[in-house]
Amino acid sequence: MALLIKGGRLIDPANGRDEELDILIEEGKIGKIARDIRALGRRIIDASGKVVSPGFIDLHTHLRQPGREDEETIETGSRAAAKGGFTTVCAMPNTEPPVDDPSLVEFVYGEARRCALVEVLPIATITAGRKGKDLSPMGRLSRAGAVAFSDDGEWVSDSNLMRRALEYVKMLNLPLISHCEDKTLSQEGVMNEGYCSTTLGLSGMPKQAEEVAVFRDLVLLGMTGSRLHVAHLSTSRGVELVREAKREGLRVTSEVTPHHLALTDREVRSFNTNTKMNPPLREEEDVAALKQGLKDGTIDIIATDHAPHAFEEKEVDYVMAPFGITSLETALGLVIRELLEKGTLTLMEILAKMTVNPARILGMAIGRIEEGARADLAIFDPKKTWKVREEEFLSRSTNSPFIGWELPGKVEWTIAGGRVVYQDRK
Amino acid sequence: MSFQRKDLLGMEDLSSEEIIFILDTAKSFREILERPIKMVPTLRGKTVANLFFEPSTRTRLSFELAEKRLNATALSFSSLGSSVAKGETLLDTAKNILAMKVDCFVLRHTSPGTPHLLARELDVSVINAGDGAHEHPTQALLDLYTIRERKGRVEGLKMAIVGDISHSRVARSNIWGMVKLGAEVRICGPPTLIPPDIERMGAKVFYSPEKALQGVDVVMMLRIQKERQTRGLIPSVNEYKEFFSLTEERLDLARKDALVMHPGPVNRGVELPARIADGGRSIILDQVTNGVAVRMAILYLLLGKRRQARVK
Repeated sequence: MALLIKGGRLIDPANGRDEELDILIEEGKIGKIARDIRALGRRIIDASGKVVSPGFIDLHTHLRQPGREDEETIETGSRAAAKGGFTTVCAMPNTEPPVDDPSLVEFVYGEARRCALVEVLPIATITAGRKGKDLSPMGRLSRAGAVAFSDDGEWVSDSNLMRRALEYVKMLNLPLISHCEDKTLSQEGVMNEGYCSTTLGLSGMPKQAEEVAVFRDLVLLGMTGSRLHVAHLSTSRGVELVREAKREGLRVTSEVTPHHLALTDREVRSFNTNTKMNPPLREEEDVAALKQGLKDGTIDIIATDHAPHAFEEKEVDYVMAPFGITSLETALGLVIRELLEKGTLTLMEILAKMTVNPARILGMAIGRIEEGARADLAIFDPKKTWKVREEEFLSRSTNSPFIGWELPGKVEWTIAGGRVVYQDRK
Repeated sequence: MSFQRKDLLGMEDLSSEEIIFILDTAKSFREILERPIKMVPTLRGKTVANLFFEPSTRTRLSFELAEKRLNATALSFSSLGSSVAKGETLLDTAKNILAMKVDCFVLRHTSPGTPHLLARELDVSVINAGDGAHEHPTQALLDLYTIRERKGRVEGLKMAIVGDISHSRVARSNIWGMVKLGAEVRICGPPTLIPPDIERMGAKVFYSPEKALQGVDVVMMLRIQKERQTRGLIPSVNEYKEFFSLTEERLDLARKDALVMHPGPVNRGVELPARIADGGRSIILDQVTNGVAVRMAILYLLLGKRRQARVK
């Protein structure tokens, strides 16, 4: 079924394009990009006044399936992704059981084929069972279709094992994604360690827990000449370490979440358990450093770290509540608010962090609008504001600290593989 | 001045005027404790539920007596021996008890923010009786009351709080209260037990009692827990004792009329030698007596006047 997107402002960072153009979609692919394409009875989407961007790519999503289907499934997660403008999400492997075996990689692909609205790419674990003791069968996992490796939630604390993991992936040419946290330093912490944690009487997770881990990983990266992607950076020193490593020519990339750009540890004063995540919300100086990191290219991508949790699990005291917030549906709004409206990045630069850059890290020819490419698009209005309402979340979980916020940047249409997978009904 | 709050959750948000108002109110209730019949009908018909999820002697009995002496019905819940053992959550426990039509919760819990959770979710007054290491406002208020009663004022006095500051809700609440009322606050303990950036709360940090206690008017000792040893925070309780217990020599560095305080329970022979705990400068038991009066005052201020029904 052919689809014609008319009158939109096409912004495609991969090709540096920002102009008003029509896009014709045929058989799931981009058929033609030109001015004033004739309607000829095709279904028309009126994109005038809106931005047409490649569909966003999220390198860091937790879809909870298998094991915690009460929190999210591949299907419901894909609906949330579509609403957020994402057409490709990479599913983190800390499921129950963890994705450390080819059969589970196949399971994720199978489920996605059966019922996902967008492309779901499985990430497999670095170590067997995420236990940090033995390498998982990364070769066979990559043959089964894993697109990256991560023990996310855990840091590979055994330096020798991390060295071998970094060496091993060189033959597979796939990214190793590291959750940088030395847990012997963060221990039972539930928020950033600092003045706020001191006044609140809550155990803190010092910034040094991240800094120490980033530093160690970068030293091993230099040692092995491999490739590393640093997940969810949250500290200014962490940004500085990655900046220096890039200057030295190390093959490192990094990401930041939208919420780490929008909030600080002061939010925890409310004891709202939706301010509890790992890494924790840090301080003003860190937020500034993260934004600067995005601006100067130290931080390559924005990734959501979408972490749905059952309502009952968050409806407890702050110490007991699990870490994480739902993130796919508020991502665009937050980055437009924190980066575009505050003048830190242009829209083209922001979209690069969510399309061509993640695609490059994955080594896949997606995240671009080109004739012949798969038709994955997000159509949004960067100026239109919307209120974040709990009952409107498409994710199975609603654990967001942004409920009640007015955010700019409403996704109006999301097209994945040429199909409309989300349409704003207001 | 009148007290307009629905809850008492901490000292951090109280103004100095509110604190003084509470202390002044407590004075009249203190007088009742000297009468042969220690009862007033102030809260007759009201029910207060004391929810204790942590062991307690003083605070629990003190609240219970305060409620009974105001003629309220005191309902005491202890998590030990309750359906909490079956996995019932704090919120569910509170909702169920609220359904039995109580007017106020007094909550003690191991986790910071739990009274705030109840205060936010439930349409009832909540008093924080100690939430983890966060705050213990009624303790700080009775401490301030006791100091003011003995010294006539709080402003300008030099206070020293010695012990495991990082895990102490008593320390935090007292720092807020003392700073708001204009005292100079010194905290003292091993560096591993002093939380980061605590100077920003207005306290001066000392690592040695010899320096901290010079010329102070009040010495408040805190209990040291054995668990801190296993967590790598102190090498041993014995070493802690050697460096931080309130010996006669250390107490002599304070003013001659300095007061010795402790929130209890006292580890006799650890942070406080028995002789000093029971000695002439110790006002530890006065703190306990005043605690009942201060809690009566708070219950009165929250529940005594007719409150407009809150629309949720």
